Amino acid sequence: MADQAVPTIDSFTVTLFVRRFDPETDQEPKWVDYDVEMFGTDRVLDALHKIKWEQDGSLTFRRSCAHGVCGSDAMRINGRNRLACKTLIKDLDISQPIYVEPIKGLPVEKDLIVDMNPFYQAYKDINPFLVANDKPEKERLQSPEDRARYDDTTKCILCAACTTSCPVFWTDGQYFGPAAIVNAHRFIFDSRDEEAQVRLDILNDKEGVWRCRTTFNCTEACPRGIEVTKAIAEVKQAILRGRV
Amino acid sequence: MSVTIETPNRPRSRKQANWEKYGWLFMRVSGPLLVVLVFTHLVVNLVLGDGIKAIDFAFVAGKWADPFWQVWDLAMLWLALIHGTNGMRTIVNDYTEKVKVRKALTTTLWAVCALLILLGTLVIFTFDPCPAGASADLLASFCPAA
Ligand code: HEM
Ligand code: SF4
Ligand code: FES
Repeated sequence: MADQAVPTIDSFTVTLFVRRFDPETDQEPKWVDYDVEMFGTDRVLDALHKIKWEQDGSLTFRRSCAHGVCGSDAMRINGRNRLACKTLIKDLDISQPIYVEPIKGLPVEKDLIVDMNPFYQAYKDINPFLVANDKPEKERLQSPEDRARYDDTTKCILCAACTTSCPVFWTDGQYFGPAAIVNAHRFIFDSRDEEAQVRLDILNDKEGVWRCRTTFNCTEACPRGIEVTKAIAEVKQAILRGRV
Repeated sequence: MSVTIETPNRPRSRKQANWEKYGWLFMRVSGPLLVVLVFTHLVVNLVLGDGIKAIDFAFVAGKWADPFWQVWDLAMLWLALIHGTNGMRTIVNDYTEKVKVRKALTTTLWAVCALLILLGTLVIFTFDPCPAGASADLLASFCPAA
């Protein structure tokens, strides 16, 4: 028994180019490369951890749950917005270096960390909470069909992958952005909510849904598989028809 | 390679009345209409009959003698110009950051659009294939004076 060899697990070396920026010393962000040894089960987040823990402790990025739930670690990996914790290294082309950058369109604070406040502000602006004026004395019932209308948009984890993949948002950062519209959709189409019209008016803004050009970048970026562009289209239709 | 994008530099302007909804609708209504108008125009002018060889001064004069093609070309002129100008306005809104620059560019766009629509409309309705008093060698063959 004892002399039986433990099977080795295949590992491979990948190069990561990480876009780094230290506001105290750098004028401009720069690419820095790291070689890391990875296994087939490792994700980009594991590679970043390995760099931070074994090579350069100053590498700065956000993560919390590490399992695709909290939405902290959206970043631009090989030019696409994804969650580092849900992107397996082996699914990328590892014959090439892997490029990791902060999400675009929000101010970079340090390395992979951006200032999320403009993103959250747009979210706050659409009143992301249930408004119901009757006394909550008993459960507010809802049919499965009514629940299904906004099921998709309940899945959002506010990671900002969609908004920061949107070329309209990149241009001047004024557009509400897909994530705010997704979260407005979640209440606009909720039969228990009473302020759909208020939210529709907010999104009928100059910087609201009409700036969407249907590029589908948001739908492609969403790590939760939300049909973001479709949700935006449904909000446009609701504004045009004047009802949900 | 990649560019750092600055902080959103202005707070979002809020709760102003605006026509974006109607602009959006117009782009979607005028688009399909333009498909029909433009492609019919191209087929009639370039493919049917003698095709491209038929196009000369008389061909144009003949079309504009018919109220059907006058209205057709008028619709094409107005829709394409307003559609194109509104599309350019969208792009200007994307890329300008200073309010003054944005205003100047959109004002120029609409001024040029209005001028072209005015001139085009004038030509369609006042086009005279055989202007009186023109020297005979400049006139088309079908003119009585030629
Ligand atoms: C032939 C049929 C046409 C169709 C079906 C069509 C359709 C459309 C639609 C639906 C949009 C809005 C896109 C969006 O908001 O996402 C658009 C934008 C635009 N169109 Fe057209 N169009 C046509 C012809 C034209 C013509 C003849 C011109 C030029 C005179 C033109 C110039 C533009 C411009 C500049 C934009 C803005 C592009 C942008 O938003 O980035 N289009 N078109
Ligand atoms: S809609 Fe998807 S991509 Fe956008 S913030 Fe929510 S979870 Fe992230
Ligand atoms: S760390 Fe929570 S979603 Fe990736």
